[in-house]
Amino acid sequence: MKMPVPDSGVIARRREIVEALRAIVPGEGVIVDENELRAYECDGLTAYRQLPMVAVLPSTVEQVSQVLKACKAMGVKVVPRGAGTSLSGGALPLADGVLLGMGKFKRILDIDYANRCATVQPGVTNLGISNAVAHEGFYYAPDPSSQIACTIGGNIAENSGGVHCLKYGLTTNNVLGLEMVLMDGTILRLGGKHLDAGGYDLMGIVTGSEGLLGVVTEVTVRILKKPATARAVLLGFPSSEQGGDCVAAIIAAGIIPGGMEMMDRPAIHAAEAFVHAGYPLDVEALLIVELDGPAAEVDHLIDRVEAIARDKGACYARVSKSEEERLAFWAGRKAAFPAVGRISPDYYCMDGTIPRKALPLVLQRMQEMSDRCGLRVANVFHAGDGNLHPLILYDANKPGELEAAEEFGNNILRLCVEVGGVLTGEHGVGVEKRDLMTDQFDEADLRQQQRLKCAFDPDGLLNPGKVFPTLHRCAELGRLHVHQGELRFPDIPRF
Amino acid sequence: MTITTLKPETTAQVTDAVRWALSANEPLEILGRGSRRGLGRPVQAGHALDLSGLSGVIAYEPEELVLTALAGTRMDLIRSMLADRGQHLAFEPPEGGTLGGLVASGLAGPRRISAGSARDHTLGIAGVSGRAEAYKGGGKVVKNVTGYDVPKLMAGSFGTLTALTEITVKVLPAPEDSATLLLSGLDDAAAVAMLDRALRSPYEVSGAAHLPAGIAARSGVAAVSGAGGAVTLVRLEGFGPSVAARVAMLREELRADAVLGRDESLAVWREVRDGAGLEACLAEGGDAHLWKLSVPPSAGPATVEAIRRTRDVEVFYDWGGGLVWLTAPPDSGAAIRGALSAGGHATLVRAPDSVRAATDVFQPLPEPLMALSRRVKESFDPKGILNPGRMYAGL
Repeated sequence: MKMPVPDSGVIARRREIVEALRAIVPGEGVIVDENELRAYECDGLTAYRQLPMVAVLPSTVEQVSQVLKACKAMGVKVVPRGAGTSLSGGALPLADGVLLGMGKFKRILDIDYANRCATVQPGVTNLGISNAVAHEGFYYAPDPSSQIACTIGGNIAENSGGVHCLKYGLTTNNVLGLEMVLMDGTILRLGGKHLDAGGYDLMGIVTGSEGLLGVVTEVTVRILKKPATARAVLLGFPSSEQGGDCVAAIIAAGIIPGGMEMMDRPAIHAAEAFVHAGYPLDVEALLIVELDGPAAEVDHLIDRVEAIARDKGACYARVSKSEEERLAFWAGRKAAFPAVGRISPDYYCMDGTIPRKALPLVLQRMQEMSDRCGLRVANVFHAGDGNLHPLILYDANKPGELEAAEEFGNNILRLCVEVGGVLTGEHGVGVEKRDLMTDQFDEADLRQQQRLKCAFDPDGLLNPGKVFPTLHRCAELGRLHVHQGELRFPDIPRF
Repeated sequence: MTITTLKPETTAQVTDAVRWALSANEPLEILGRGSRRGLGRPVQAGHALDLSGLSGVIAYEPEELVLTALAGTRMDLIRSMLADRGQHLAFEPPEGGTLGGLVASGLAGPRRISAGSARDHTLGIAGVSGRAEAYKGGGKVVKNVTGYDVPKLMAGSFGTLTALTEITVKVLPAPEDSATLLLSGLDDAAAVAMLDRALRSPYEVSGAAHLPAGIAARSGVAAVSGAGGAVTLVRLEGFGPSVAARVAMLREELRADAVLGRDESLAVWREVRDGAGLEACLAEGGDAHLWKLSVPPSAGPATVEAIRRTRDVEVFYDWGGGLVWLTAPPDSGAAIRGALSAGGHATLVRAPDSVRAATDVFQPLPEPLMALSRRVKESFDPKGILNPGRMYAGL
């Protein structure tokens, strides 16, 4: 994985650039000390590290606007960063770039229960929003596993999901309004407290754009009333096929559970050894199905899910009898990543989505790959929406293992695309999956996406090197090849 | 002024047609079955590109919650196919037309408040840009963040960016049961406050509308037209036992006057989805125009009050007060948009072609946003071949 070659001309102008930034953000808001810059050298994808040329921490939208404008004028690249929890390297700095940290935007600006929304600055954590409205019985629905640390600004950039997104949607389905700054310093407002922003759905494009289109400075999100009840069922199956069949049958019965997670044998064993959740160890697939809503609904559906599971060959079933027990069911799943971390020096977390029906095939092919390369793999799976998280176990201290793990991971993602799925369900492309984009998209698909980028950032200064495997100049992308000549479609019916 | 209609039957033919239009510098009006031609501004084009020949469901997998169809596939066909498996498009779009037309016009019904809009259910697209390039965006699975979310941009772009050829949508189980609480005699402000209470409850309200007396009287549902005044409606949907339990609790909490069972509930929300009696108002009102205003829900009644200071209007509210359907005399655009002090936007949804050609059908955008929208348009369609002027003059 290669990043764009640093521009030595820009690095040579570092002093001048730092001074320009200091004129906008005074005092400690501009960081040049190498030790302090270390804090920004990587995000959640820790295998890749790079010190930024300089970091700047603005605290007002005007400062963000001026920083971007100045960087554009100086031809300097900018990498925006929230809490730095990206698992795909979305906030990986550039040696010749400014790291724009949004950590000072921590205020909750407005909570409006009458319009069931909250307006916050982008540095507020995902969980911080839910906490701020919890006393009124409300919450913010998308709940990525990193919700205690990750910020809503980063959630917008990555279009984050979580275990509840089959029922409640991803970030993009829960955002009402944005304020953002373009690379030329223009401050824009999209949407608001009303539904459907006017004009093109630019909010839809910006959400999930991985920091390539603009810097978000304010967010209005929908808040929901907490479901009255939530109960979970733990279901064990003798095979992953039967587990998958059960998931399909639940959905075919018209049930969309609040959460529906599957774990394979290695993941079950790792989690049980770590948190003693009481998981059965003699099953091949474990399913956690959580039903939330009014008590009458939850009771009704728990019975139906249990009946479906029995019919599909479940060899183990346990319904949570208390809130403690429900949380215990989840504790194992939520600790699955660190649990795998205990049984292996390192692990590499993948994130593809597949049509659920392809699960048995994908698991089998994954096992074959695992046998071939000698690296173990554990699987946790957002079963409802087909989002697979294979965890590849490796040891970075053994020469070649990181590379082998990455190759294994790439092959898993190629397999996801091959069976009709996609490279990433919620972690983003970043630098991690950038070079695989051509496996999912044709040249024409990627060119059109890059032209969209040009509409927002014609000089390509905002977070370059992420998402797109090849960088093209906007002038070249914009060129129109008009074929003069005859009407070339004699076979098209005309009236 | 359409002169020639091109009716391709394959994506390759769509590409050829756009390539010709590009080289001849001839704009194209993009059509499905033409059922939403009255939305947006009339397109000034000498040729129409009729996509209704691109028809057929390519894949429907109920357990995967996705359906892929060619863009010209009729919606009634898709609806009945989904209904056979107990599924539906959860955003409750109006009937008629094609899948492509539905996505391009970005519509949603009363369930918008809980299920989202066309944008939230459009997972993948393929089409031909104004550069005569066939391309695709998004995917065919329900959860995907790979690359930019191009399908969202297509929703509500009225064919100005791409001639869509294939679309993948998210499909969901249709609710087993539906019931509606009815409260009568509330004024607009009291009604929206009541809807707010309902929407703040944990009972998963999926419809929240208020029909003032004149509108309620036109309903084909006897319990609504016979209520003898304004009617406020709160819908609960889902599994039978769940609906029954929630109806009981919320009825008590809101002190509702009546409960509409499944059939009446379905009927009244179809009316709300389709503009309640406002179409009839238009017929009687002579030259009145129909508008839809999207505002912060709590600001709905005050917005209407401000408009009423200078204009004689008929209204009803959906989306908990956040969607105002409104008929107004011609030339009310400035008065309506001037009343949106709490934010939001107003769209002229029914008026003669000549009027829509000469006014801002969609809310004018602030210049920086308009400039960005122009650049977005150019990135797909630099020569303005696809539906020029359908959304904004010069775009």
